[in-house]
Amino acid sequence: MSGNIDKGYLIASIAIMAGMTYLIRVIPMAVFRKKISNRFIRSFLNYVPYGVLSAMTFPAILYSTGSVASGAAGCIVAVILAYWGRSLLTVAVGAALAVFFAQIGGF
Amino acid sequence: MIQTEELKEGIRDGIPIFLGYFSVSMAYGMTAVLSGLPLSAAVMISLTNLTSAGQFAGTNLILAGGTFLEMAMTMLIINIRYFLMSLSMSQKVEDKMTGGQRLAISFGITDEIFAVAMQHPKALSAAYMAGLIMGPILGWSGGTLFGGAVTKLLPSSVSNALGIALYGMFIAVVIPAAKKSRAVLFTAVLSAALSMICYYTPALAFLSGGWSIILITILACTAAAVLFPVREDGEEGES
Repeated sequence: MSGNIDKGYLIASIAIMAGMTYLIRVIPMAVFRKKISNRFIRSFLNYVPYGVLSAMTFPAILYSTGSVASGAAGCIVAVILAYWGRSLLTVAVGAALAVFFAQIGGF
Repeated sequence: MIQTEELKEGIRDGIPIFLGYFSVSMAYGMTAVLSGLPLSAAVMISLTNLTSAGQFAGTNLILAGGTFLEMAMTMLIINIRYFLMSLSMSQKVEDKMTGGQRLAISFGITDEIFAVAMQHPKALSAAYMAGLIMGPILGWSGGTLFGGAVTKLLPSSVSNALGIALYGMFIAVVIPAAKKSRAVLFTAVLSAALSMICYYTPALAFLSGGWSIILITILACTAAAVLFPVREDGEEGES
């Protein structure tokens, strides 16, 4: 990945990110007064964060470090730490440490 | 003044969120800068978005050179849960809250702020919400700035390893929830499996990263919603 991102593209992208995110937050507060009672929609929305994050993580995590073996090592450590209920920062740093040592070990 | 009291109460309730956000956004700042995003852009994203999953995905998309339509759709899909939170918070704000104040506090709806606000024993006043939102905004953008600035001082062996940090955070969000709920486990496994299929199937290469994630999310969450509808007692006042 390079650091040469077009400035106009970057600014427009950030504006779209911010604008969409705010619109989603503000529309119900400004307009709606009633609760969604449709059970399917509520269920769907409940699962969205997990579906999105899983799709973004796999298989991309394997290619995030420069070598698949070290990426896999980091992934396994992250899963174990997360299973033990460690904080976001601990899991992220633990995964990075695993990658670091795997790469020192020649993987 | 009652207003000052409410403001102080909000600020106090926001301190734990401030601390949590600072550490998470530090990791975001590090990863974003390592991936090639200018530090100023990372801080600007944190300041204007104030969200985790949405801006992580958006940052990924910028780095991958995604289209504006992809960006808008990705934000819509990932952040649509805020729609529900905003909806339910709209029933808890004070009657006397003005339209302008409603517009302003909407900016601060995040998972954590929502959770704290809904636990607040009283109706939500503008002063309380302003106090509650202040700390998290400061923590989120301050952490991004700090993390991104520190990263520039790191040797490349370390920064290479930190490339995985963002995904580590994703895992840290999903696994504890999947441990507690079979439905979340089902959603996460299905979503990951579909994503791998998409990635490794040459015939599906026409789907760019952003679109495949949107499609996969809709598929997996629809399946989960059909198989595991949420219980009605999740919210108060439901029959």
